[in-house]
Amino acid sequence: MAAPTTLPSALADAVRDESSLRRFLHGLPGVDQVGVEQRAAGLGTRSIKKAAKLHAIDLAISMVDLTTLEGADTHGKVRSLAAKAKRPDPERPDVPKVAAVCVYPDMVKTAADDLVGTGINVASVATAFPSGRSTMDIKLADTRFAVEQGASEVDMVIDRGAFLSGRYGQVFEEIVKIKEACGDAHLKVILETGELVTYDNVRRASWLALLAGGDFIKTSTGKVQPAATLPVTHVMLQAVRDWKQQTGELRGVKPAGGIRTTKDAIKYLVAVHEVAGREWLDPNLFRFGASTLLNDLLMQRRTQLDGHYSGPDYVTVD
Amino acid sequence: MWEYAPAPESRDIANLKPSYKMFVDGKFVEGTGEPLKTINPGTEEVLAEVSTASESDVDTAVKAARKAYDRVWSKMPGSERAKYIYRIARQIQERGRELAVLESLDNGKPIKESRDVDVPTAASHFFYHAGWADKLGYAGYGPDPKPLGVAGQVIPWNFPLLMAAWKIAPALACGNTVVLKPAETTPLTALVLAEIIQQCDLPPGVVNIIPGAGDVGAALVGHADVDKVAFTGSTDVGKIIQGQLAGTSKKLTLELGGKAANIVFDDAPLDQAVEGIVNGIFFNQGHVCCAGSRLLVQESIAEELIEKLHARVSTLRVGDPLDKNTDVGAINSREQLTKIQELTAAGEAEGATRWTSSCPLPDKGFYFAPTVFSGVSQAMRIAREEIFGPVLSVLTFRTPEEAVAKANNTPYGLSAGVWTEKGSRILWMAQRMRAGVVWSNTFNRFDPTAPFGGYQESGFGREGGRTGLEAYLDV
Repeated sequence: MAAPTTLPSALADAVRDESSLRRFLHGLPGVDQVGVEQRAAGLGTRSIKKAAKLHAIDLAISMVDLTTLEGADTHGKVRSLAAKAKRPDPERPDVPKVAAVCVYPDMVKTAADDLVGTGINVASVATAFPSGRSTMDIKLADTRFAVEQGASEVDMVIDRGAFLSGRYGQVFEEIVKIKEACGDAHLKVILETGELVTYDNVRRASWLALLAGGDFIKTSTGKVQPAATLPVTHVMLQAVRDWKQQTGELRGVKPAGGIRTTKDAIKYLVAVHEVAGREWLDPNLFRFGASTLLNDLLMQRRTQLDGHYSGPDYVTVD
Repeated sequence: MWEYAPAPESRDIANLKPSYKMFVDGKFVEGTGEPLKTINPGTEEVLAEVSTASESDVDTAVKAARKAYDRVWSKMPGSERAKYIYRIARQIQERGRELAVLESLDNGKPIKESRDVDVPTAASHFFYHAGWADKLGYAGYGPDPKPLGVAGQVIPWNFPLLMAAWKIAPALACGNTVVLKPAETTPLTALVLAEIIQQCDLPPGVVNIIPGAGDVGAALVGHADVDKVAFTGSTDVGKIIQGQLAGTSKKLTLELGGKAANIVFDDAPLDQAVEGIVNGIFFNQGHVCCAGSRLLVQESIAEELIEKLHARVSTLRVGDPLDKNTDVGAINSREQLTKIQELTAAGEAEGATRWTSSCPLPDKGFYFAPTVFSGVSQAMRIAREEIFGPVLSVLTFRTPEEAVAKANNTPYGLSAGVWTEKGSRILWMAQRMRAGVVWSNTFNRFDPTAPFGGYQESGFGREGGRTGLEAYLDV
């Protein structure tokens, strides 16, 4: 197995072969379910008001990966999403633009054409999203196609079947190969934590993805319940924090699915702030995979600035 | 940079009054003792003047309690007593915000703790014991266990309302009447509880609340017509009370100091252990008799754990107790702050390595930045004496046997924590720890169904659960 980056010796040893990798992942400290859920609930009571809230809303908007991943997606739908990404609130040009638009590979070109020169990234899911149940060749072809079409970010899924049956080496190899196929595109590795179920598995999968070179670790496809949860995100934030501690490198986290309100988004930002650290309060290191969240952020932003609530008809539905 | 804006809870919610009276025989009356001024430790401003009891007031209160016991409360069916106790529980919930804000003002604890822990747990103690009132025959103390009579209760300043609930709820459920003395520095929430008791129409004299200093407590526990004494506070005072009661027929329970060991093995869930350590010692500014003030960590992970701990403690927000984002509030009194400063100075002088969070502290009020001592040995004062503040002493061990030996090597024995992913080791440790409560993979969790109490100099008797009823029954 080939380590994608120059790792410190302890971590380089971990990826020497399949059994080393297994020993490393099983040697990670366990996660106590009650404890992590209690901590997440406790931090969730932070009261973010006034200037702090407005700052959080703008930050959250700039971290949104505006997403449409439906069988019913059309070029028209994707174009209107791209327009929304550029100007989330047409009446308020000072609203920050979102981080990226996230679509299926066949919609990448449409999105990329519309977003040229905007600085907004185009993210594409790939690798037989959302199940990941296909051959390696098809997953690689899927990835290459997305990148050729203009995706600057690739959201891959891991093979949860392989992970759950303990074939960590296979999962590792897949990530390494997809990372190669990405070229310069950033790789987000979707763990699909709703199928991994235990926090111990989430921690192992996080480290596996980081060791294999994932730029981001992402909770979910949005197609499986539960999708992103606060405690799962805590565990993943601990992983990137510890990764930085050991390697000096900064890697990102993306919760996706089920985050619909400003209140929820702020709870996540508090977790980023207090679990990982201030450095991660940056769209390059934290993203929200969401679609309906953006409009709630816009409504709350107006409420903060105008002093009253305006209602859902004052934000655009795209 | 993202700074949280101040998010203070409004102090108006506390309904603070300029003066408070004592509660005797169902009425609020002026005491004939010297009135005391209670201050807000977060700002050092005077909150209110509180009348205190003299020796003759103590006598009046005990007589009222005796009369209520003889004429009404001891004869009332348990199912009727339960209705009153349920009513108190609901009223505590109803006035929860008011109680929480008042508690934070008077005590200095952060509003998130008074709101999320003190007040709800106080209500749950009344709910739980209300359920026992008509089922005492099934508690394991015979078919018809009898109450003791008049209970004299003296409580500390660290959980003013919650301790009042711990004491009053089981006493009432078992059919006793109560004279309770709240702590000198924190009398206010107990007096609001008295208002609630009055609103709930409890027969006059069933509960009497008499503020004052130690002399009032001494007069109460020494009163000839008190049948049962319950004290929570320092070991020094507990010893005096035990001496005072020797040779009398009074039943006594004492819940005193502690120097709990929080033991972390190398296979522990580390991130949660760090949370548990933080909660164990920085919860309520460390003003907790069962605080995990001695961290015993297995040597092989000591360095990693201490590094994680420092990083985590650095994020604790110290300041205005009424700010909803405050994690560590104010030290309850100047006297206590001085004691903490003295003991931490001793820690440095004896050669332990001091690390103190660089968090900003308010200019006014009594504050102490969270502090962790590493390289501590059993011989140092900071490992033996109860600091009762946000100060943690870190010691190391090599084997489970050594962990047990060090954990038990204290005159105290109130609580302990064990952190390991190995279930068998948890049970092995719990059997060997001389501590009334052993938490595993958590710390400082309180529930009315779980008995709480100590070994050795941490006192005797249990509070809470079925076991806790024994202290208020003639068995």
